[in-house]
Amino acid sequence: MSKQEDKVKEISSGNLPDDEKNEAIGFGIIFFIIGIAASLIFGWIVFPKLLYSQKKQPVDFNHKLHMEFVDDGCESCHFFREDGSYSGVPKLAQCIDCHEEVQGEDPEEERFVEEYVAKGKEVPWLIYSKQPDCVFFSHAAHVKKGGMECKTCHGPIGESTTLRVYEENRVTGLSRDIWGKNISGLNKNTWDSMKMGDCADCHMEETGRKSSVQTEKDGCLVCHK
Amino acid sequence: MKKEHNHMKNKKFGMCIDLDKCTGCGSCMVACMSENNVPFREDETDKRKSITWITVYKITNNRPFPDTEVCYMPRPCMHCEGHDGHSPCVSVCPATATDYDMATGIVSQIYTRCFGCRYCMGACPYHARYFNWWDPVWPAEMEKYLSPDVSPRMRGVVEKCNFCYSRYQRALDKAYCEGRSDIEEDEYQTACTQGCPAGAITFGDLNNKSHAVYKLKKSPNAFRLLERLGTNPKVYYLSSKEWVRKAGDNYIKGENPKNIKKSHH
Repeated sequence: MSKQEDKVKEISSGNLPDDEKNEAIGFGIIFFIIGIAASLIFGWIVFPKLLYSQKKQPVDFNHKLHMEFVDDGCESCHFFREDGSYSGVPKLAQCIDCHEEVQGEDPEEERFVEEYVAKGKEVPWLIYSKQPDCVFFSHAAHVKKGGMECKTCHGPIGESTTLRVYEENRVTGLSRDIWGKNISGLNKNTWDSMKMGDCADCHMEETGRKSSVQTEKDGCLVCHK
Repeated sequence: MKKEHNHMKNKKFGMCIDLDKCTGCGSCMVACMSENNVPFREDETDKRKSITWITVYKITNNRPFPDTEVCYMPRPCMHCEGHDGHSPCVSVCPATATDYDMATGIVSQIYTRCFGCRYCMGACPYHARYFNWWDPVWPAEMEKYLSPDVSPRMRGVVEKCNFCYSRYQRALDKAYCEGRSDIEEDEYQTACTQGCPAGAITFGDLNNKSHAVYKLKKSPNAFRLLERLGTNPKVYYLSSKEWVRKAGDNYIKGENPKNIKKSHH
């Protein structure tokens, strides 16, 4: 063997005997698998936990209990104004209509009356479905014109007995309900997320409008402001 | 529900501005700025950097005294239809941030999609588009006067008139709550229309025969700006003076606007 051939062999084998070479490959594969697993765990489990901060609502509200006492379902408290706008989360004045004095025996209600009603302080509710500033959403168009149920977008919140934790995206400041609980973005129910794509898909199916010249979907200003 | 939507006739919102009535007071500009949260700066002397969705131009007939005549011309976005909705700005936007809606005839600008390349500004022959060189800052306490129906724009995006689309949405909401599926002419009017003390601006659906603009656009005094470019704008001007009508476009010497075949009327 010439000197040159020796050198070629030396380079191609990385200057290692065969046993050690196999061992190195084995370690490489193991570390690769560990790396992939660690990345997946970080991406799917750790990252969402880091991304969202958890906030408690100022008062724990029982929707189910209230639904038993009101006549007009959701619209009893979440009503439309005469000008067509939507009231959204009720103001303190509405609560006072019934809760000027403590009604039941729930300590949470007592605290609510003491801390907010007695002092005339608005409750700083955290709104799960609050959309970003650039979004226009018309409740009138969906509920009055389209005849949709509240549940379709908001889920069975009327049957809940307690308010769940509000999760806020630390980067965007938006509620987790916009992206949805599932970090993959896949949905089982119509109310699982409130992204632009969810709105657009439903608009395509339900209205069939294709008036936008650029996108051949519904017009941009229908939902943007 | 599906059928109802598909059968809803397309609207084509537009404007007729009577230049014989316009006094150049600028009320339309003020009304527009306060309605649409248009930002301003402490020093507004450099008008190339000002943002005015509607602006009043002053034109003259360039004749010496005593034949000098002056005309004031308010200029909102023309909401050009072009050919099949391909208005100059919509055609060039690489971000799909501006769009022509066949249902309303309004050219939209979506600020959150715009990345500020300003192609649309170059394409617009009317200078109706404006760039935000700075983040908007309002004087203390004035933020409380902002309209919640219009999102404020950030530095680095283009903005323009959208015929007060938020007012259209509001009017529709009211109609839906009253069990109607459509609105009346007077329920949706732009801020500049209502702000004009001389009543020079008329706004409505150009496709609707019962709306005032439908008749006004057919007036022999009606003309549109730079019509020969094929932009097919939806803002019509009215003037009884020939030199004003002629100033709306570029004509070669001796050419008579009346003899020129107008497309897309």
